[in-house]
Amino acid sequence: MIRPHRTHPLWFAFLLHRLSGLGLALFLPLHFYMLSLAISAPARLDGFLRFTDLTIVKLAEYGLVFLLAAHLFGGLRLMALEFLPWSPHQKTMAALAVAFAFLVSTLFFLKAI
Amino acid sequence: MANETQTMTQSMTVSIWRENGDDGRFEKYEVPARENQTVLDVVAYVQQHIDPTLSYRFACRVGMCGSCAMMVNGSPRWTCRTHVSKVVADDQLEVAPLRNLPVIKDLATDMDPFFEKWVAAEAVFHPSKTRHDPMAAITPDDPMRIAASEAIECINCAVCYAACDVVESNPDYFGPAALNRSWSLVNDIRDDGQDVRLAAVGSNGGCHNCHSQQGCVQYCPNELNPTLSIAGLKRETTKALFRRSR
Repeated sequence: MIRPHRTHPLWFAFLLHRLSGLGLALFLPLHFYMLSLAISAPARLDGFLRFTDLTIVKLAEYGLVFLLAAHLFGGLRLMALEFLPWSPHQKTMAALAVAFAFLVSTLFFLKAI
Repeated sequence: MANETQTMTQSMTVSIWRENGDDGRFEKYEVPARENQTVLDVVAYVQQHIDPTLSYRFACRVGMCGSCAMMVNGSPRWTCRTHVSKVVADDQLEVAPLRNLPVIKDLATDMDPFFEKWVAAEAVFHPSKTRHDPMAAITPDDPMRIAASEAIECINCAVCYAACDVVESNPDYFGPAALNRSWSLVNDIRDDGQDVRLAAVGSNGGCHNCHSQQGCVQYCPNELNPTLSIAGLKRETTKALFRRSR
């Protein structure tokens, strides 16, 4: 998939944005389903919330928050690219989006464990 | 002299795509590994000394005509200005026809779809005056003139078109070069076709397909920035949408 003409940072920024978007699209229906259990089956929801205390689940949440933050900051980068005057620092902006995503998700993880 | 003899006797392998109405395949050729040679030199050597049936396209050999673009080790390059030493990997060189265009034979692609999309994107000038009118006065520091100037050195080589994954996945997409030309005309105050142009670049094949991967910027041999141009078109078509809905 990563053919030679794609080996430049902004293509990888595109790939991250696409994969994070797909990841979130798969997660959100599950997320809303679990929330709906608060009304339809509170006991099952409590059981699930106990399951989320496991470290492995916390790690998965770390990944999930990273995807969310990467998609958020990557989306802001793309909106700035399209609607603000052009910046020659495109690679720096992509790197900053990833850096902020790591910062936010790592802070979340440190608070969660 | 000894050094020259040594470089002349060293050889390297070049894989060249051969296709003539069939599925096509890479064929290997041994060519001299010279210190200074371009990819086009290597292709010309194969055609002139090894297999005269090899088809490829070139004209100016100095990076002006945009005829000789090919895929070199998987990336689109203008072969007349690409030194082998800059792109060779493990003494291997792979030369293929440009991506995203039909192959006529071997390394020669059919450029018709590429240029048909320039017309579809309204990347053509619509005059607003006749020769009897006075010339439009445009100062060099006019912001629209500056924006147009940034987009006008395109040599129509289709390197950006071959670098673009959106062109690959959506056959209707006009591609970076056509949209870049449209953007230069959006900034031309002499042009009288802005409404049809914005309708064209806002259509199904238009600027909103762009995913801003910026392969076009990465590989444009003249260091143009089609992504900037496409972003400008996205803004102008969005503004036009609000103008229409009022």
